[in-house]
Amino acid sequence: MKPLEILKTAMANSFRSKLRTFLTILAIFVGAFTLTITNGLGTGISNYIDGQIAAVGSSNSFTVGKTDTSGNPASGPKKYDASTRVLAAGGRPGSTQPALGQTDLDTIGAVPGITGVTPVTRLNPDYIQWNDHDKYQLSVSPLAGAQPQLAAGTALDDSTTEPQLILPSSYVAPLGFADNNQAVGQDATIGITDATGTLHPLTARITGIEQSALLGGGGAFINKALSTALADAQGTGAPAASKTAWANVTATFAPSSAAQITEMKAGLAAAGYTAQTLDDRIGTVKTVINGIIGVLDAFAVIALIAAGFGIVNTLLMSVQERTREIGLMKAMGMGSGSVFALFSTEAAFIGFLGSAVGSAAAIGLGTAVSGALARGPLSDLEGLHILAFAPGSVAGVILLVMAIAFIAGTLPAWRAARQNPIDALRYE
Amino acid sequence: MSVPILAAQDLSKTYGRGPDRFDALKGVSLEIGRGDSVAIVGKSGSGKSTLMHLLALLDSPGGGQVRVDGTDAKTLSGRRLNTLRNTMFGFVFQQFFLNSASSVLENVVLPLKIAGVSARERRARGMAVLEQLELADKARNKAGNLSGGQKQRVVIARALVNNPQVLFADEPTGNLDTATGRIVEDILFDLNINHGITLITVTHDHDLAARFNRRLYIRDGLLITTDEEHAA
Ligand SMILES: Nc1ncnc2c1ncn2[C@@H]1O[C@H](COP(=O)(O)OP(=O)(O)OP(=O)(O)O)[C@@H](O)[C@H]1O
Ligand SMILES: [Mg+2]
Repeated sequence: MKPLEILKTAMANSFRSKLRTFLTILAIFVGAFTLTITNGLGTGISNYIDGQIAAVGSSNSFTVGKTDTSGNPASGPKKYDASTRVLAAGGRPGSTQPALGQTDLDTIGAVPGITGVTPVTRLNPDYIQWNDHDKYQLSVSPLAGAQPQLAAGTALDDSTTEPQLILPSSYVAPLGFADNNQAVGQDATIGITDATGTLHPLTARITGIEQSALLGGGGAFINKALSTALADAQGTGAPAASKTAWANVTATFAPSSAAQITEMKAGLAAAGYTAQTLDDRIGTVKTVINGIIGVLDAFAVIALIAAGFGIVNTLLMSVQERTREIGLMKAMGMGSGSVFALFSTEAAFIGFLGSAVGSAAAIGLGTAVSGALARGPLSDLEGLHILAFAPGSVAGVILLVMAIAFIAGTLPAWRAARQNPIDALRYE
Repeated sequence: MSVPILAAQDLSKTYGRGPDRFDALKGVSLEIGRGDSVAIVGKSGSGKSTLMHLLALLDSPGGGQVRVDGTDAKTLSGRRLNTLRNTMFGFVFQQFFLNSASSVLENVVLPLKIAGVSARERRARGMAVLEQLELADKARNKAGNLSGGQKQRVVIARALVNNPQVLFADEPTGNLDTATGRIVEDILFDLNINHGITLITVTHDHDLAARFNRRLYIRDGLLITTDEEHAA
């Protein structure tokens, strides 16, 4: 029998007992529906996280600090070394962090693969103001290469001499703007105090408004020109030494494979520096989310396995009902392989129907629910679509279900295939 | 003499085991030439159907040997065996074994479907054989809705559709009234005489048996040389 003929016959056979097939399809439907939903949840959340990660930094840069070799905390005070400088660090009071100087910058820049090194300067502006409206506190994001998700306006331009910034959307109304679009293109004043206590007002152009974000931390994004201007203003009158001591530097590299990144990290580690990409820092969040999705997926697969037994049952009944027919076909020269193929194709077809309908329902319902959530309870997290359906993973779900159905069909199909024609024909 | 198309040597068949054990055939040897017409005659339960099934390679014997065109059937590969069942033999079963939910045409072309013949050619050949058996007007009817005689002709059509060399018919007229039975008999002899098909038919109707070239009498699983009952 030709494969196409087997497929056609199997499809026709699966509709012979409509109620029984329908009930089996229903069982598969539940499993496929659940699996598609959990998959969509995974895709939706990781899409969102990827977007958020792009907002806080570029993917081809390391944040590099000096590796702290102080050992265990109970080892007592550390010996003074004139060549090591430390900075007060965040965290536990009194904790310090080895500082990086110009020689460190040169060393890091010399590591193979590193294309640029920029010190991370902590900038502490005092306020931001537009026209004569109220002044508001402002923090600026120190992350180089960030690509914030914009609600309005355009991205920052690092090559221009015009100082530019992107404001979080939460600043729009307080600063006195009617809406995002009015804010774009306006000049705002940023005040920053120098080491001697003198206030420097700087003017910067607002080029864009950022969507409210999960990981951004509510700071403004600034371009290189503004960053330099702020650093100069802040550094006025400061002792020269403190200008050349940094807690961290950003080391950029050309787009690289994971292996190359690991190699660069190793190179930096050998030189005594700790390097982290953004993925390293966000990785834990992703791991937790993937774990949760994995558990949900497992439940869906359990539902599918239960549905698989439904298929076994349905097909065993079909085989029994059609024993004589199988005998007749074998008496007419149908090979055992064809008989096996006929029944397992029928199983896979039932699996396909259940999973296609289940996935379609999940996509329909999921898109509607996700849209409603994005407009309602989750509207604070702009850009979050809790359920997103990637064609690849939906196709994967359908194939998985078909595979489970096929496997479930093998037992009945085998029973059908091994029958002796005359015994099968004599079956009452 | 040319090689017989079918030959059996010391065929035996045992059903069941233990106390249910039953020897249906106890050593049957025969030869059937190409184009011959043979009637297998015997009482109910004497082993006629069992012998036919073994000769048509539908079942495997407990002992002995079946040779098809001189080849021992045991040595045939599964694929070759299926090809023989599909193209060389046509079998009309004692029961009809029609799929009553499908149309007459679909039932008739089943062997062609198994052989992998295209849908268009299946239709053409199916209609041709239905024409031959004067059933063309019933082609689209559900097989379940036919009369007994029509069903009998449908199963003959199904056995003939792939142009077999040997046609086995297990009591083809057993379910029919005399007039209809006569029509079916005429069809079978026409096939034998005009198309050269080897005809092997089971019957316990002695008038019908008389129309065949040869008669094989079977009793309790053994061939007997004379028709004892008839003689008696
Ligand atoms: N599968 C089986 N299991 C046990 N016994 C069987 C089986 N098939 C046939 N028999 C027995 O073998 C004997 C021969 O059966 P067979 O069908 O060959 O008879 P038959 O000559 O065709 O009879 P009839 O004219 O009634 O069709 C019978 O006694 C029958 O009961
Ligand atoms: Mg019989």
